[in-house]
Amino acid sequence: MSDQRDEAPASAYDMGHAEEAEDLATFAVLVDNEPGVLHRVVGLFAARGYNIESLTVAETDRKARTSRITIVTRGTPHVLAQIEAQLEKMVSTRHVQNVTRDPNGLERELALVKVRGTGDDRTEARALADIFRARVIDTNSESFIFEVSGAPSKIDKFVDLMRPIGLVEVSRTGVLSIERGELKL
Amino acid sequence: MTVHPTPPADQAATEILTGAQIVVRALVDQGVTDLFGYPGGAVLPIYDALFHEPRLRHILVRHEQGATHAAEGYARSTGKVGVVLVTSGPGATNAVTGIVDALMDSIPLVVITGQVPTHLIGTDAFQECDTVGITRSCTKHNYLVKDVADLPRVMHEAFRIAATGRPGPVVIDVPKDVQFASAPYQGPDEAPPLHDYRPKTAPDPRAIAEAAALIAAAKRPIFYTGGGVINAGRGASATLRELAKLTGAPVTSTLMGLGAFPADDPAWLGMVGMHGTFEANNALHDCDVMVAIGARFDDRVTGRLDAFSPGSKKIHIDIDPSSIGKVVRADVPILADAGHAMAALVQALKPERLRAERLQPWWERIETWRARKCLAYRRSTDIIKPQYAIERLFALTRGRDVYITTEVGQHQMWAAQHFHFNEPHRWMTSGGLGTMGYGLPAAVGVQAAHPKSLVIDIAGDASVQMTIQELSTAIQHDLPIKVFILNNEWMGMVRQWQQLLHGERYSHSYSASLPDFVKLAEAYGAMGLRASHPDELDGLIEEMIDTPLPVVLDCRVERTENCFPMIPSGRAHNDMLLGEDASDLGAVIGEAGRRLV
Repeated sequence: MSDQRDEAPASAYDMGHAEEAEDLATFAVLVDNEPGVLHRVVGLFAARGYNIESLTVAETDRKARTSRITIVTRGTPHVLAQIEAQLEKMVSTRHVQNVTRDPNGLERELALVKVRGTGDDRTEARALADIFRARVIDTNSESFIFEVSGAPSKIDKFVDLMRPIGLVEVSRTGVLSIERGELKL
Repeated sequence: MTVHPTPPADQAATEILTGAQIVVRALVDQGVTDLFGYPGGAVLPIYDALFHEPRLRHILVRHEQGATHAAEGYARSTGKVGVVLVTSGPGATNAVTGIVDALMDSIPLVVITGQVPTHLIGTDAFQECDTVGITRSCTKHNYLVKDVADLPRVMHEAFRIAATGRPGPVVIDVPKDVQFASAPYQGPDEAPPLHDYRPKTAPDPRAIAEAAALIAAAKRPIFYTGGGVINAGRGASATLRELAKLTGAPVTSTLMGLGAFPADDPAWLGMVGMHGTFEANNALHDCDVMVAIGARFDDRVTGRLDAFSPGSKKIHIDIDPSSIGKVVRADVPILADAGHAMAALVQALKPERLRAERLQPWWERIETWRARKCLAYRRSTDIIKPQYAIERLFALTRGRDVYITTEVGQHQMWAAQHFHFNEPHRWMTSGGLGTMGYGLPAAVGVQAAHPKSLVIDIAGDASVQMTIQELSTAIQHDLPIKVFILNNEWMGMVRQWQQLLHGERYSHSYSASLPDFVKLAEAYGAMGLRASHPDELDGLIEEMIDTPLPVVLDCRVERTENCFPMIPSGRAHNDMLLGEDASDLGAVIGEAGRRLV
């Protein structure tokens, strides 16, 4: 037996895809709106060790009894293909689409951002908020709450700019997605 | 409650039944004749409805796990859906092992569980558990029926989901008040489906053409088939034979696929994988075109993945999109029913008029591997070798209408190696989950479906004790199963791994305080036999076969025999250990291999 083999031991579970880099991906999933359906999706991700970066869900068509789930996840192309296939396989799933890098795809997220500050900091915060088209939805003498929406990267940037001014906390919805044009998912 | 004769179809839609009656009627309308179960508080109304239904035979088990395995054996040996009825709480949790087993091995089951009344759900009521929560990740689909009006649709859809696409278990949780409530019954053709469930079964013609071209041009092709071929029905097994003949290529299969291709065909290489044959593993390693059909590249099959069949193009036919590309990348993925895809391949390959001689060099190589006689073992005249016991069992049951189930461990692998199957649906084993205790209740289920056939559970002394109480079920229902125990007084496979991988430290793997299996069998009302010497084995096997009762044959075998050939953990297919190499095993398994399961 050669030593070479023992130097490079491979697990029986080594997927052999280590060379692939991980990417963020967004899946839009249309599911039957029934009890437990969110648990099915979340349980699938937990059981198979997939990441969830964000997840949003709400009923979107009462008559058709469907909810739309938008999941942002991270994985190699191989793992992302598996996620899509596993989601597709669920009986409660009507449609799955990987909407990442879809030139027709639109992604939006909404965030509520609380910032503490007095004096110049307040002025600075207001000025930055205007640039980001963030609205003030509540204020008192020492703080603002901004509502800002847009691509997740825009919200990240806004939050980063608020941090030195006096960022207190952030609440985000997670990503929503929809496709341009007249067709539906 | 009334006895309900089948009404004419036009009246059926308006008939008002209780939830319990709906469950029972739907079972009848789905063609169910037998179910396996255990009563309890939360299913009493359904049991009451069963009391009035002569068309259903209920087989009372001794533990709910036994009900699920019996239903699996029933399903696997008939191609029908297996049905289980258990109560809430512990009834449901006891059934979970069998449900997971069915999920892993793609066995169609419908499991009906009782639940506490809807107003008590969530209150930690007596015998309450979150059955749908617990079983969500181990079923193909599950339902909690809160409105009796949904029950007919749920019942009929559950059968369709369990049986079609990649088959699997479906759980229907029915609260007790829903069993008492009334609603109009709908038959299988009247009930609108609840879900948009349409598995794709027809292959993409372009993929078939691409696959056919690869197969036609291959110099070293091989068919690697799995349980999916058996699940695709008897027609699929026939098509596999046709396809193999047409191409002249060798055929190997997974543990779950045994029987889909006849073991007495010269193109059969034996099982592939960790304890597969030398020829099957080497051929899979060296092939240039691999046609995987209804097989999922399990780690027990592939061994070391980065050395798995490195030079081959892989065609992967599977009905489950998530199985394709999950472990091994497919060059030609074909999402389809195995039978449909193979029939399409046959049509595409017929005009090629492939000549058998083109594969001559490939077969010559295969013959050199075969010549190693990898299943050979050291014979003995005074100790029963476990392999010998299986060989004799096979020889003495040849030509009979025989079904084999197994438990899990060494005996299971020896059975897979030394008992040979020429037909599908004859071999029932727990492949994916590896459930010790599967075989005896599975035999009960097989015997219930085939009362006149010879049904044998090839067992180990440790496994069989996990569900041995089902002998009582066999006695009660006149199911003359045979339990053939390869008794080596060890958890044999655990002992083998401890010997090979853990420095011969036999930690808790000795079967201490074994019962006297002969007396135990007799205590249940079965017959008990014991074989201790090779000379008496044949006579005792014949006595076992000829006895019209459940029989336990305690076959005392060589205690420390190891199961070979074997691909050690972390090794490739062309790096197998054969029996005669066994002595220096400790030295050849690296530290990394030791860490693998």
